[in-house]
Amino acid sequence: MKKLINDPENVVREELEGIAAAHSDRLKVSLEPYYIMRADAPVKGKVAIVSGGGSGHEPMHGGFVGKGMLDAACPGEVFTSPTPDQILAATQAVSGGAGVLHIVKNYTGDILNFQMAADLAKEDGIEVEAVVTNDDVAVQDSLYTAGRRGVGVTVLTEKICGAAAEAGRSLAEVAELCRKVNGDGRSMGMALTSCTVPAAGKPTFELGEDEMEIGIGIHGEPGRERRKLAPADEIVEVLATAIVDDLPFKSGDRVLAFVNGLGGTPLVELYIAYRALDRFLKGKGIAIERNLIGPYMTSLEMAGFSITLLRLDDELVRYWDAPVNTPGLRWGA
Amino acid sequence: MAISYSQALDFVQRFAQAVATDKEYLTELDAAIGDGDHGINMDRGMRAVLPKVDALTEGDVASLFRTVAMTLISTVGGASGPLYGTVFLQLATALKDKPEVQPADWSLALASAVGGVQSRGKAMPEDKTMVDALLPASQALSDQLAAGASFDAALKAAEEAAEAGMKATIPLVARKGRASYLGERSAGHQDPGATSSWLLMKAAREAFAEGS
Repeated sequence: MKKLINDPENVVREELEGIAAAHSDRLKVSLEPYYIMRADAPVKGKVAIVSGGGSGHEPMHGGFVGKGMLDAACPGEVFTSPTPDQILAATQAVSGGAGVLHIVKNYTGDILNFQMAADLAKEDGIEVEAVVTNDDVAVQDSLYTAGRRGVGVTVLTEKICGAAAEAGRSLAEVAELCRKVNGDGRSMGMALTSCTVPAAGKPTFELGEDEMEIGIGIHGEPGRERRKLAPADEIVEVLATAIVDDLPFKSGDRVLAFVNGLGGTPLVELYIAYRALDRFLKGKGIAIERNLIGPYMTSLEMAGFSITLLRLDDELVRYWDAPVNTPGLRWGA
Repeated sequence: MAISYSQALDFVQRFAQAVATDKEYLTELDAAIGDGDHGINMDRGMRAVLPKVDALTEGDVASLFRTVAMTLISTVGGASGPLYGTVFLQLATALKDKPEVQPADWSLALASAVGGVQSRGKAMPEDKTMVDALLPASQALSDQLAAGASFDAALKAAEEAAEAGMKATIPLVARKGRASYLGERSAGHQDPGATSSWLLMKAAREAFAEGS
């Protein structure tokens, strides 16, 4: 294992100390228990938004804390869900009296830990609503599985709901908007290489030099199939077809196209993928109205990328364009 | 006949010891169908529990179990943290204000712990989870007591029911948790959560039985 770390045991703590040192103007970092919050929280009368999950996906979620997005983020150990005491402490710290929205990715551990925290927060008199994101079309939703994984759409819900909360919308309205974004968004990813969790010390899975995993999960979970490596245009067509057919997205739809790097893929390749996606969607009569390109939800050093499409309407465009000021996403502010 | 504070403490310590002894085994079971950290996570949690319960002043079984719950919740992570946290939290709630824990109290407390796990994890029997060990154990305990069996015999029946339930998870296809993504490929493996739940029922029998 070759990593820029000091000790696998201290990865999350030292990362948080770095974030605290870098962004003390905007963020406050708690080390006992771990959470990152807006420096100006609680914002009185505003719905607060808390998310979280395992570390290793940076900038998600800690990098999305700030005005116009999250009020707090709870990082777990690498690829491990945070614990209820963290989520409860963050929820209490940012509650401004208008309720707290938990945005939770659909993994059993994340759901159970957030539920337990929500129960404890409610005992404390804080109104909490939770919305679960589950946009990964690589996993078939069924009564017999834990359901689809929450991936790229999570970043979009955090931005859009953050703007709605900033605009003074109620907890019920922000939660409803979050469900709508999750319902109208679909994602799928692929991996060119594996990744190594620092505490494990060896790659999560093995992938041959000429192979790729289509439908990879952000923790290296297996996807739909393993194939021989193909040109970027073909890979984009496979992912985009699965995504478009699933919702389905139709001719005349307006979309936000999010091309996300998984950590080890450079922007030059992400733009090549975006080029292919743009052509593919034009051919289907689907109009890209907004885009986001870059590594926003990563899987450590994994090479690969994911595509997320979100069907837009005027309201979503307005909230997407609203000012945001976080370490990971910033415009208009 | 009643469960004393020192027996309740012994139960917690025996469970910690069993988890430590079988840490690698639990982790191997999890590596086959999950994310390979069940033994590591449970051992980290129970190791954190031991100094906390040592520091408590003797007396209240409910606050002993509450301390175990809160420590597991904040140290285990994953799905096991909230689920085992729920087991001990429900035991604590059910045994609150009981100066003496009688066999019937323990039986009701265990039933409420299993109910708590089911409602938290939304797992049904045969979903290949810890419920498959805990639910038959709780039923065997209450059935035996209702039939007039001794507490020792009822505890033994509960342990055996947990073991049988654990073994019965082997052919099952997982419908909850990370193993469910494997679908048919999860069959043929024993569920790690059901296995640690059997260790819990075994620790209860060892700590509470008169004949031990």
